[in-house]
Formats: sequence, structure tokens, C-alpha cells
Amino acid sequence: MYSFEPNEEQQMLIDAVGKFASNDLRPAAHDAEENHAMPQKLVNKGWELGLLQASTPEAYGGFGDRSAITNVLAVEEMAFGDLAGALAVMTPSLFATPILLGGTEEQKQEYLPRIIEGAWAPYTGALIEYSFNFDPNELKTTANAEGGAYVLNGEKAFVPFAKDAEALIVYANLNGVTQGFIVKKEAAGLSISEEREKLMGLNALPMYRVKLENVTAERLGGASGHDFGLILDAMRVASAATALGVARSSLDYAKNYAKEREAFGVKIAQKQAVAFMLAEMAVELESMRLMTWEAAWKIDNNKEDSCVSAYLAFTGACDMAMMVTDRGVQIYGGHGYIRENPVELLMRNGRGFPMLLGLAIV
Amino acid sequence: MTIEFEAPKPIVQMNAMLKTVAENMMRSTSREMDENEHAIPWDYVEFMHSAMRSMGGGGGLTIAEEKPKEGAEKRPPIGYQKLASQIEMLAWGDVGFYLITPGGGLGAAAVAAAGSPEQKAKFLARFNDDKPTYAAMCMTEPGAGSDTSAIRARAVLDEKTNEWVINGEKIFVTGGDKSFNEYEKLGKGFIVVWASIDPSAGRSGMRAFVVESGTPGVKVTKLEHKLGIRASDTAAISLVDARVPFENVLGSPTVEKTTTGFKGAMATFDATRPLVAASGIGVARAALEFLKEKLEENGVKIRYGLPRTKLTSIEKDVIDMEIQLRSAWLLTLKAVWMADNKKSNALESSMSKVRAGDIVTKITQKAVEIMGPLGYSREFLLEKWFRDAKITDIYEGTGQINRMVVARQILGYTGAELR
Ligand SMILES: Cc1cc2nc3c(=O)[nH]c(=O)nc-3n(C[C@H](O)[C@H](O)[C@H](O)COP(=O)(O)OP(=O)(O)OC[C@H]3O[C@@H](n4cnc5c(N)ncnc54)[C@H](O)[C@@H]3O)c2cc1C
Ligand SMILES: Cc1cc2nc3c(=O)[nH]c(=O)nc-3n(C[C@H](O)[C@H](O)[C@H](O)COP(=O)(O)OP(=O)(O)OC[C@H]3O[C@@H](n4cnc5c(N)ncnc54)[C@H](O)[C@@H]3O)c2cc1C
Repeated sequence: MYSFEPNEEQQMLIDAVGKFASNDLRPAAHDAEENHAMPQKLVNKGWELGLLQASTPEAYGGFGDRSAITNVLAVEEMAFGDLAGALAVMTPSLFATPILLGGTEEQKQEYLPRIIEGAWAPYTGALIEYSFNFDPNELKTTANAEGGAYVLNGEKAFVPFAKDAEALIVYANLNGVTQGFIVKKEAAGLSISEEREKLMGLNALPMYRVKLENVTAERLGGASGHDFGLILDAMRVASAATALGVARSSLDYAKNYAKEREAFGVKIAQKQAVAFMLAEMAVELESMRLMTWEAAWKIDNNKEDSCVSAYLAFTGACDMAMMVTDRGVQIYGGHGYIRENPVELLMRNGRGFPMLLGLAIV
Repeated sequence: MTIEFEAPKPIVQMNAMLKTVAENMMRSTSREMDENEHAIPWDYVEFMHSAMRSMGGGGGLTIAEEKPKEGAEKRPPIGYQKLASQIEMLAWGDVGFYLITPGGGLGAAAVAAAGSPEQKAKFLARFNDDKPTYAAMCMTEPGAGSDTSAIRARAVLDEKTNEWVINGEKIFVTGGDKSFNEYEKLGKGFIVVWASIDPSAGRSGMRAFVVESGTPGVKVTKLEHKLGIRASDTAAISLVDARVPFENVLGSPTVEKTTTGFKGAMATFDATRPLVAASGIGVARAALEFLKEKLEENGVKIRYGLPRTKLTSIEKDVIDMEIQLRSAWLLTLKAVWMADNKKSNALESSMSKVRAGDIVTKITQKAVEIMGPLGYSREFLLEKWFRDAKITDIYEGTGQINRMVVARQILGYTGAELR
């Protein structure tokens, strides 16, 4: 069957996350960005909504099975509030979800219950590298098998909360294949930059460079490793879902502004040049929402071509987010360019999706 | 309810069958019909008519009422989804042929949307008769296209004979020839003509009238020569003192202060816009599949999964085309799924039409460009699909008109607030 309506449980989740996004994250977004600080109180409140907990089986301290489609719905809602806030709330997933997808039974037992059952804690993941032509399937950070252990060398970028992290999943190139490795905070040879990353947007999210010099680490999935494709698919779909949230926020602001702002004796929304921009934004957004849903549904149903779908959804959503957030600023006119108004931050965030793959996972 | 993307089995089975029809009866004569505009591929017409009858539908490409087997679990309705999938598949074969698939087309859709139960019984049964039968819809006039409120056709009630007397000039009537003119091989069709019963009442004065084929005073005055969809007849029809029985008016015969008359037309469009989107998407899929096949023959493989910066420009184009095509189809599916589930879908219908109108023209244009001389040559059907695709953004509301519908819906504006 085809069907395009969230089920009752999903709708309740959407409503709960949507309320938090609108009432808590959205009003805080501007100051968090300007002050380079996301209030921990907000992050904790978001964590208490229990997204990760709900997609972790009981055996590991959670209360449900992972559903990419349910997570996609929740992630869009969360990102509608604020991208940095959403990513901060969901940072522990960057560690827990790969373990869930590719970890050995021991790895799951060791890490999942303490993350799931506790308060929000900075467990994180490190995929991105600071290089031109960055490709998650051709990482420059290397892993070498030495005896029973693995030794990592290289540098990772844009690692959220790395400074305080208890442990992180570091992705590295093992004989040409990308694999995840569990690196603990105290590992010898691990160093984290003093300064935070300086980026065009996302300044409320503390991100760091991470250097690895002969760091000994445990391989995700043990000696036989894991299928990185599953993790990459989950990252692509998550990224697409955050793009939906950011774009929807811009459309929402622009629509309301256009209905208020007057020029030439009418509301600017009554001018086709503005109204058609809004219509096209809505069409693009809905197009990529359905692409994202389909990809997530394919992941949940183990469809063979889920990786192509996830790639297409991600690629399309990146373009969509740029187009929509650009027009959000355009519709605000000169006021859109001013940082007091919310749409310019959304445009800065909207440019980031192609390079921010790896900062969210469903 | 839940979110699911599994094509229902009946649709998959039906499409497998239609694909053979498309390959064997459409593609093989596509070029010939394109080069001989106004010729009729009778083999196709007759085959489709008997095939659809034997499948027990209402005749033609219509939405069959599903009768659940006794004791069987009640399944959600998929009539519109099935129809959209059929249309997409037939248009993949040849969209011009799809448009001359026997049946009620837009004419029957208007009766279904605005007619009484008696009218439906009277006018819709004929499509299941022995001979292929057609119906068409006449809204557009030389001076009134997008602005349907500007139509000048008039209908006046002759109280002595209890007949409507209709005068007007209609143009661009899809299937107008086969619906109105009498052919030995065809059953008796009709056209649905929009006219005003009270010009001072604006849109609320507009009504649709069923005009039977052969009605005196009505004449097909011209068959257009077109850029594409040349297997489909597009007729100009003039009505001079044409008389139709009183009971052939769809909707109320008197003018109230409401806009019921026009709402009938709009209800038709909510239902048919995603179907037009589906027909365009079929053409674009044909073009994209052809392109990928030819690229592969020439040693160009599309690598999925690479960052944009590592892709060739052809790979980027093809990947974008795939995203465009798939997303347009999903929007279309959502719109018809809503129709099946009796959810109001004015927004989604127009969204699917906006998207499809945009992307099917872009995809076919890009495909011709990438194929170079092979794309421009009439050796292949690609150049024809480029010409065929363009109509998607024009009929059943141009891209601009549908953008306006979408904008009004999201802004909560009336037609007066945004025009
Ligand atoms: C950094 C900066 C520097 C500036 N410097 C100067 C300066 O030195 N001196 C000065 O006087 N001004 C200056 N401006 C103001 C600038 O010229 C205006 O912002 C600009 O003209 C747009 O006006 P607005 O911001 O009021 O937008 P609005 O006029 O409110 O427009 C909002 C949106 O509606 C659209 N719109 C408006 N009317 C119509 C219409 N009739 N049809 C279709 N669409 C319409 C616009 O295109 C825009 O997308 C500056 C602005 C900025 C941001
Ligand atoms: C092959 C073919 C088959 C057809 N079949 C049928 C049929 O079966 N029955 C039928 O009744 N009609 C049919 N039509 C007519 C079709 O629906 C109209 O051509 C279409 O609605 C556009 O009307 P128009 O051609 O008069 O263009 P116009 O309305 O004159 O539009 C010209 C341009 O102006 C734009 N425009 C118009 N109004 C606005 C506005 N308010 N805001 C912004 N832009 C605007 C349009 O988008 C378009 O780009 C058919 C047409 C063709 C070509």
C-alpha cells in the first residue's frame, strides 16, 4: 500500500517534539547563535523527550525498536525549532546509533544502557575531515590492524561536544573501507583543539578538531567490523530531515511576514512575484519531504535500493534547503539581511547541509 | 494509517500488462502517428476498448468501484492511485495515444463531479458498450483560457420547448473530434460545454451542459496542428443555437448566490490535475530511461553515492533528473491517495501539477541536450517526448495558475486577495 499519514503514535511524537521546537528552541535560536552558547537546560529538556530512548530496545535500556521513518518525522520537527539546538540534543545518537547498527553484543551492553538511562551526556561521533572533496567513503584518517588492536592516525573536524566527550566513534579508512572505531576520552594520542570551530552558522553548537596520533581503538563490530553503508544511509536521511525542518522554518517565517508587510498599498504576499516564491518553496519542501520519507521507509524495510534512495533524498534536500532559505531572506527584503530577524541564520544554516553530513543520524 | 511506499499488488500486476501494450502497440507506431497528425491508430483504440471491458471496469480509464469479496478484510480504496499509475504507464508508451484511449475523459469526469445520480446513470453507462466511445470537455474559448470566468458562451432556457439554447465558440477541445463527430467504428459520445446562464452573476452563473454528438447547430470547425501529442485530436467547436434537453444541465438550473456552478469545474480539476501530472511523468520517465540506456551503451555509468564535487556534469544532471522525477511522482501519488481517502486535496493536486509541469519539461529538455545530435534527430523518439512533455505545464491550469492555487492555499487567501 501507499500511505502518507503518520500513525497515531508518530503523530503524538510529532506534536510533542513540535511543541518543544516552537516554544523552547525557536525563541532561543537567535541568542544562542550570537552568544555562541546553547543553554544546557534546553538540551536536557530536548533529551527528555526521549527520541533515542524510544528507538533503543529494552535489552539496552530503551523502550522501542529503531524506526528511521519515525525518527525522520521527529528530526524535522526538532530542526524546525533550531538546527544547532536539534543537533545538540541528538548528539549522543552519533555514538549510540552506530553501536546499535554495527556494534557487537558486548559493545551494546557496555555503552547503550548508560547513555540511554542517564541524563544527556556528551557521547559523540567524528566523520568529517577538513579537506576539499571530502568523501565519507574515502577518508584520509587511517586505521591499521596491529595484532588484535587497531591504530588510528589523522584529523577530524566539526566534532560536536568533543571537548567534554566521554567517548566518540571515529570513522577511519581501513584498507580502503570506512569503519567506525570506539575511542575513549582517555586514549593516548587523542588530542582535542582548544578552540572551537569557527563556522558560517551553527555557532551555538560547540564543535572541535580532533587529532589522532597512534591512537589505539576498538573496532565497531569487533574483528569482523560492520557495514558502514547502513550508518551512512542513516546519516543521509537524518541530514535530509534536518534540512526539511530548517527550510520549513524559513517558509513559515516568510509566509507570515509576507502577509503582514505592505508595499504599494497591498500585502506583499498579494504580489505574484512573492506569492509564487512561496508556492515554489512549499512545492520543493513537500517534494523532498516525500523523498526523505520514502528513503527512511526503505531503510526500515531493508529494501535493496535504500542506499540510492537515501543518497537522492540527501542530495535533493541539500539543494532544496538552500533554495528555500535563500528565498526566505529575499521575501524579508532588506530586513532579511539584518541579524535581528530570523531568516538570515536559516540561510546560513541552509548552506551547510552538504558539508554537515555526519552531524545527525536516525 | 501509517507511512508506506509499497506499490499495491493490483497496481504492479496491471502495470506489467500495460507495459507490454505500451511496447508493442504504442512505441511501434509512435513515430508514424506523430508524422501523420489526425490519423487514428485504430488497432490501439479497439484493443484498449475490449481489454478494458473484459477487465470489467466501467469502460475506459475510470475509477472502478471496488466490491470487496465476502468475508474478506476491507481494503483501503486505491481507485485513483490505480488510475494515476495506469496513466503514467500508458504515457510512458506514448502520451498522445494515452489521450485517445477510449472512454469518458474530462467530459465524464465533469459529469461524475457535478452530475446527479440520474445523470451519471444516463451519461456514463455508454463507455462500456460494444464500440469505443469518447467524451470531451469544452471550457476554453479564444478569449478565455486561464481566466475561465471570462467565457462568453451563453445558455438560455427556451421555456416553450424546455430546452437550453447554447451559443459560443470553444477551442482546444481534447478528443473533440472523436467525441462529437460520428464515426462508424465509434459509439455515440458527447461533449460537456461550459456556458453562462446569467452573465451578470459571474462564476455562479456558469453551468456545464451535456451536448450529445451530432446535435444540430454544433460543428467541429478545425483540428489544430500541434507541437506534440499529435496523436490526440484538439478541436475547435462552434455552437450556434444548439438545443439540448433541460435535464442535460449539470448542477442547479437556477442561479443562487453561491458559486456552485464553478465549484463543479474546480472539483473536476482537483481530481484531474494529478492525473495530468502522471501523464507528464510517464513521458519524462521514458526520456530518462532512454537517456540512461544510451549513456550506458556509450560507456557512461552513473556513480551514486559520491559527493557532488566528484561527479561529472552528466552524472550530476542525471542524478538531479532522477530526484526531480521521483519526487514529482511521490507528490502525485500523495494527491491521488488523498482523493482515494476522501481528503480534500486542492493543495496537493496543484502541487503535483506545478512540480510535474516544471520537471518533465526540464528532464526532456536536458535529455535532448545531453544526447546531442542523437537527441535532436528524429531517428529516436526522444525529440518527440521533448515536444510531448511541454503540454503538461499548459493544460488543466498552467504552471502559473497552479502556483496561484498553491499560494492561496498556504496563505489562506481567496481568489480576490491573490489573482
Ligand atoms: C545592508 C543594507 C544597506 C542599505 N543601504 C541603504 C542606503 O544606503 N540608503 C537607503 O535609502 N536604503 C538602503 N537600504 C535599504 C534597501 O534599499 C531596501 O531594503 C530595499 O529597497 C528593499 O526594501 P525593504 O527592505 O523595505 O523590502 P520590501 O519593500 O518590504 O520588500 C519585501 C519583499 O517584497 C518584494 N516586493 C516589494 N514590492 C513588490 C512589488 N510591487 N512586486 C513584487 N514584489 C515586491 C521585495 O522584492 C522583497 O522580496 C539598505 C539595505 C540593506 C540591507
Ligand atoms: C493540446 C491542448 C489541449 C487542451 N485541451 C483542453 C480541453 O480538453 N478542454 C478545455 O476546455 N481546454 C483545453 N485546453 C486549453 C487549456 O486548458 C488552456 O490553453 C490553458 O488553460 C491556458 O489558457 P490559454 O491558452 O488561453 O492561455 P492564457 O490564459 O492566455 O495564458 C497565457 C499565459 O499567461 C499566464 N497567465 C494567465 N493568467 C494569469 C494570472 N492570473 N497570473 C499569472 N499568469 C497568468 C499563463 O500562465 C500563460 O503563461 C487545451 C489546450 C491545449 C494546448
